Amino acid sequence: MNKAWIIARRELDAWFDSLVAYIIIVAFLAFSGIFTWIAGADIFLRQQADLSVFFGVARWTLFFFIPAITMRLIAEEKRAGTIELVLTKNVTDRDFVLGKFVASVLMVAIALACTLPYYATVAMLGPVDHGATLSGYVGLLLLSAAYIAIGLFASSLSNNQIVAFLLALFISIFFQFLFDVFADNTGGWLSRLFDMLSAMRHYDSIARGVIDSKDLIYFLSVCFVGLALTEWQVGKRE
Amino acid sequence: MDIEIRHLTKSYGPQKAVDDISFAVRPGEILGFLGPNGAGKTTTMKIITNYIQPDSGEVLIGGRSVHDGSMKRYIGYLPEHNPLYPEMNVIDFLRWCAEVQDVPREHIPDRIREMVRVCGLDREKHKKIGELSKGYRQRVGLAQAMIHDPEVLILDEPTTGLDPNQIVEIRELIRKLGREKTVILSTHILPEVEATCDRILIINRGRIVADGTPETLRRQAQGQQVLRIRLEEADPDEAVKAIMALPSVASVDLVQAEACRIEVQSKPEATSNRAIFELCKERGWVLVEMVPFETRLEDIFRNLTMN
Ligand SMILES: Nc1ncnc2c1ncn2[C@@H]1O[C@H](COP(=O)(O)OP(=O)(O)OP(=O)(O)O)[C@@H](O)[C@H]1O
Ligand SMILES: [Mg+2]
Repeated sequence: MNKAWIIARRELDAWFDSLVAYIIIVAFLAFSGIFTWIAGADIFLRQQADLSVFFGVARWTLFFFIPAITMRLIAEEKRAGTIELVLTKNVTDRDFVLGKFVASVLMVAIALACTLPYYATVAMLGPVDHGATLSGYVGLLLLSAAYIAIGLFASSLSNNQIVAFLLALFISIFFQFLFDVFADNTGGWLSRLFDMLSAMRHYDSIARGVIDSKDLIYFLSVCFVGLALTEWQVGKRE
Repeated sequence: MDIEIRHLTKSYGPQKAVDDISFAVRPGEILGFLGPNGAGKTTTMKIITNYIQPDSGEVLIGGRSVHDGSMKRYIGYLPEHNPLYPEMNVIDFLRWCAEVQDVPREHIPDRIREMVRVCGLDREKHKKIGELSKGYRQRVGLAQAMIHDPEVLILDEPTTGLDPNQIVEIRELIRKLGREKTVILSTHILPEVEATCDRILIINRGRIVADGTPETLRRQAQGQQVLRIRLEEADPDEAVKAIMALPSVASVDLVQAEACRIEVQSKPEATSNRAIFELCKERGWVLVEMVPFETRLEDIFRNLTMN
C-alpha cells in the first residue's frame, strides 16, 4: 500500500507540476458551471435551493473527463517503456495499478472539492438539504471511482492514449446510460440484470439522498473488477 | 548473491527467443553477455529481472526464485532503451527510485549524492530528464539502477551513448562494483568485454555458443597453437624446412621472406616454443621475435555466430 502511494504521489506531482491538473480543474468547473447554468436557469426562480441540476450535469462532465485523466496513465508507460523501469523495481503490478487509481481518485476529488463554492452559493440562496448534497457528492465520487477503474483498464489495453480514451468512453457509456436503456426495453430477468448493472440507476438512488449498501457494493464491485482486469492485463506484459 | 539460471526457454510465437539457457554467475564476477542482434540477450535479462516470465526454466538469485518478485529489491536493472520519466528532474527522479527501492529515508540524500558523484551528474542534476543529452540520460539510467546499492546488477548495453571519458569511468565503476556484487552486462563493444568482464557468454539464436574467460575462448577457438617468429641470420627456405621437420609442428608458413617472418602452427595439444628455440641455438640463427598469435575476439565472435 505504501508503494502504491509512492506511485500515486509521482502522478499527482506530475499533474500539479505541469499545468495539467489546473487545466483539468478549470475545464471541469467551466463545463459543469456552464451546463448547470443553462440547464438550471430557473435555479433562482425555483423556491427550493438544491444542487440536483449540478449533480445531473457533473455526472456527464465526469463521464468525459475521467477517460481524459486515465488514458495516459498506463498506455503512456507502455509506449515509453517506463513500465519496465517501474515494474522491475520493488513494486508489484498491484501497487502499480492501485497507485494510478488512487492518484486519479484524488485528482477527481480535488476537482469536485473545487465545486464547493457553488454549494455555498446555493446555500446562501435558501435552505439546502445538506444530507442530500453530501450523498450527491458521495455518489459522484463513487461513480468517478468506477469510471476510473474502467479508464485504467482501457489504458492498459493499448499503448495509444487516444485509443485508450475512446475505449474508456465506449465501455463507460454502457454504465452511463445504455444499460438503463436496455433495462427499459427488455423484460423479466434480463431487465432486472441490466437494471442492476446500470450505474445511472445506482447513482440516482444515491443522489436522491439515501446511501444504500446495495449501491455501495455495486460501485465497489465495478472498481474491483476494473482494477483486477487492469492488473491482469498489466501482468500479461504485452 | 549468485545468479543461477536453469533451462530458461522463452518463445515469441513460433520463434524461440531464448532456448534452454543455463548458466551461473558468482558474486565478484562480471559476466559479459554477447551475441548478435536478436540473439536473446535482452529477453534473458528481462526474465532475470522478473519483468517477463519464461515459458519454462527458472532464475534463482541467492538461491531463491525470482518468480514471486521478492528478489527485485536486490536487483539493479538498466533496461535496454533506458526508459525514464522525461518530465521529472534528475534529483526528484533519483529520490523517487530510492523510495520505491526501499532505501531507508535517512540514507536517501547520501545515496543521491553518491550517485550524482559517481555518474558525473553534478552539472545537470537540476535539469529535467527530457532536457538531457543522450549520454546524460544514460548516466541517469545507471544511477537509478545503482541507487539502492543492489547485490545484483543487470545492465543492458550500459555504455551506449557515453563519451570516451565517461566510458572509462563507468567501466572502472562497474569493475569496482563487480568485486563484491554480481554483474551481468550486455554489449556489442568487444574491447569493452575484454576491459571489463571476467567472463564472456556468447549466445546466438537463443542458445549459448561459448562460455569462459577471454583466454579460454581464444584457446578453444584456436585449437592449435600459432606462433609468429622472426629470424635473423637465417636462410628463409632452409629455416622453413628445418622447422617443418620438428615433431610438434603441423604446418609452417613463410609470411615474409626478406624479414624472415614465419608462422608456425603446432599439432593439436602440442607447443613448439622450446623446440624452435633449441633449433635456432643449434643452427646459430638469431631468434628476434616469438609471439603467440592471438585470435581476436571479433573473429571468435564471428565464427561462433555466423552460419
Ligand atoms: N515483445 C516481443 N514480441 C515478439 N518478439 C520479440 C519480443 N521481444 C523480443 N522478441 C524477439 O526475440 C528475439 C530476441 O530478442 P532480444 O531483444 O532478446 O535480442 P537481443 O539479443 O537483446 O538483441 P540486440 O542485440 O539487438 O539488443 C528477437 O528475434 C526478437 O525479435
Ligand atoms: Mg538487446
